[in-house]
Amino acid sequence: MNTDAFLRLEGLAKRWGDHVGLRQLDLNIQRGEFIVLLGPSGCGKSTTLRLIAGLEMPSEGRLWIDGRDVTSMPPAKRGLSMVFQSYALFPHLSVAENIQFGLKVRRMPAAQRAERLARALRMTGLEGFEDRKPAQLSGGQRQRVALARTVVADHPLCLMDEPLSNLDAKLRHSVRQDIRALQQDLGMTVIYVTHDQTEAMGMADRIVLLNEGRVEQIGTPEELYEQPATLFAAGFLGSPPMTFFPVTILPEALKPADANLPDSCVVGVRPENLDIGADSPEGLSAQVENSEFLGAETLVYLNCAGRSMVARIPGRAGFDEKQNVGLTWDTDNVHLFDETTGQRLDSRGPGAAGSHDRRDESNPVGQLASQ
Amino acid sequence: MATSDSHERRRMALYGWMLLAPALIMLTTFAFLPTVSALWRSFFSRETSRNPSEFIGLENYEYLFQDPVFWQVATNNLIYAGVTIPVSIVIALGMALWANSKMQGRTFLRIAYFTPTMLPMIAAANLWLFFYTPDIGLIDSITALFGAEPVNWLGQPETALWAVIVVTIWKEAGFYMIFYLAALQTIPPDLREAAIIEGASRWTYLRRILLPLLMPTTLFVMINAMINSVKLIDHLFILTKGGPNNASKLLLYWIWETAFSYFDRPMAAALTVLVLAVLGLVAILQFRGLEGRIHYR
Repeated sequence: MNTDAFLRLEGLAKRWGDHVGLRQLDLNIQRGEFIVLLGPSGCGKSTTLRLIAGLEMPSEGRLWIDGRDVTSMPPAKRGLSMVFQSYALFPHLSVAENIQFGLKVRRMPAAQRAERLARALRMTGLEGFEDRKPAQLSGGQRQRVALARTVVADHPLCLMDEPLSNLDAKLRHSVRQDIRALQQDLGMTVIYVTHDQTEAMGMADRIVLLNEGRVEQIGTPEELYEQPATLFAAGFLGSPPMTFFPVTILPEALKPADANLPDSCVVGVRPENLDIGADSPEGLSAQVENSEFLGAETLVYLNCAGRSMVARIPGRAGFDEKQNVGLTWDTDNVHLFDETTGQRLDSRGPGAAGSHDRRDESNPVGQLASQ
Repeated sequence: MATSDSHERRRMALYGWMLLAPALIMLTTFAFLPTVSALWRSFFSRETSRNPSEFIGLENYEYLFQDPVFWQVATNNLIYAGVTIPVSIVIALGMALWANSKMQGRTFLRIAYFTPTMLPMIAAANLWLFFYTPDIGLIDSITALFGAEPVNWLGQPETALWAVIVVTIWKEAGFYMIFYLAALQTIPPDLREAAIIEGASRWTYLRRILLPLLMPTTLFVMINAMINSVKLIDHLFILTKGGPNNASKLLLYWIWETAFSYFDRPMAAALTVLVLAVLGLVAILQFRGLEGRIHYR
């Protein structure tokens, strides 16, 4: 196991009575990495963040930050800062006082404090707002105050709990880039919690995909998209989502080449890999329900024997409603899963050859087994 | 055009007065008129069977300022206010912080704290009368276990006022706790967590974050406590009747005595005017002094 990791979680678990927040998490994070904890609500991502912060105590497992065992240390001793979903700004303090709060608590000399404040204000573009109260700021500005707080703290580790969820869509995109730039400038290690896959894909060095308190997959955004390790990972990432077909309903031409696949095998196809052509025995018969022209691409909503699915076609598609079509795909561009175990069955799929050797370290099953 | 404009304005003015009317009528009948009439009556002499009431200007006030009983009662009331207000606020805040923490049986705790408030003051006073009874009362029974001499808490000038003060604090703190508890529940828990991560101790969080955010509640409670320190005298009727030797007499009780036992209405009116003036002044100072430093959300 990697012992020179900056942040190391070992068998971390959290239970409240019968309720399981986090089953078991092993994770090594390198200095300067941008890690996104991704998953649907209730998957344990916020619990994980709060465990790292020290706001919750783990039921099991240990936690190291920069070589120190911090498992039983209070939050302030762990050397980290945190951006809350609500920003947690103190409403009675001005912007400057909010940013400097932690420095004052740590009794930093005034001159040094002023210097750090000026730098943080400059980096977050908040110059001129020093004396405002949080209530006099817009959502985006409040968010920047919360970021400035982590900048002045100058801790190597920063935790972010859905920091963009209270911003409107337009702002979200630009703040996403600001946060990434800030992280790179300061060389911070960031653990970022979100349920938004576009945020995760766009920002992360590595994504930790969680579901029901358990790790589904750990890997780069490319790995998660191109080599989803489980049915859940395949269905969660990608919008519109991947379509799954039981292997038994497929015509011979679309069946995977492997001869000894179990009957519980399902074939997953990304919307961009679905080809729509004329209805033929080589393809799956489907009916066009409607289509959405989005400019660069068109989303075609289809019904295939009671199963609804979406295909993504570049440019204009030009199908009529209720038109009967045939679905085909390149059998190399599919993902195979065992429906009973939920695990991936092969290493086939786009980009498979290149990332094959990296799969083992990102496979949570492999990691748990190595314990 | 001009006529319809002024017409419109008059209509709006009438509308405004109509909206004001109910409150204005009630306040005038039950607050403004009695105040003015008390002020007016305080300038007259006491009416007896031989001497009819006559205008004597400020003589009632002069007499009051020369009366040692007035100064004793005023001092009593100052001590009473000076102790009951801060102590009940601090206890209320402490209880609220405790009752707001995550723990087992906190609903029970909240109800227990609030019980004294639901009790009528007369009932509470009777309860405490039993606690204070010399020899057989609760307090003396307990102190007797440690070999202490029985004390007549309500019957001696040194302890009577303090005994009354304790009852008031016991009665009030639970009431003010409810306000603090409500205010505490509006403060998001994120703030505490953010402060903890920044390295703030519990004490720093209390002093720098919690207390400033509770200031609007504190001001409200303070003004209520101040008013109650003058207004709430029910327990005196049961516990001490102001005695012994005026040791526990408070202003309103004395006003009541002057008006309805000694039948000196003009003197009682003069006292009332003085109390009103002082209360008004203090309320203004409180608002002025604290307003600027309070953050209202």
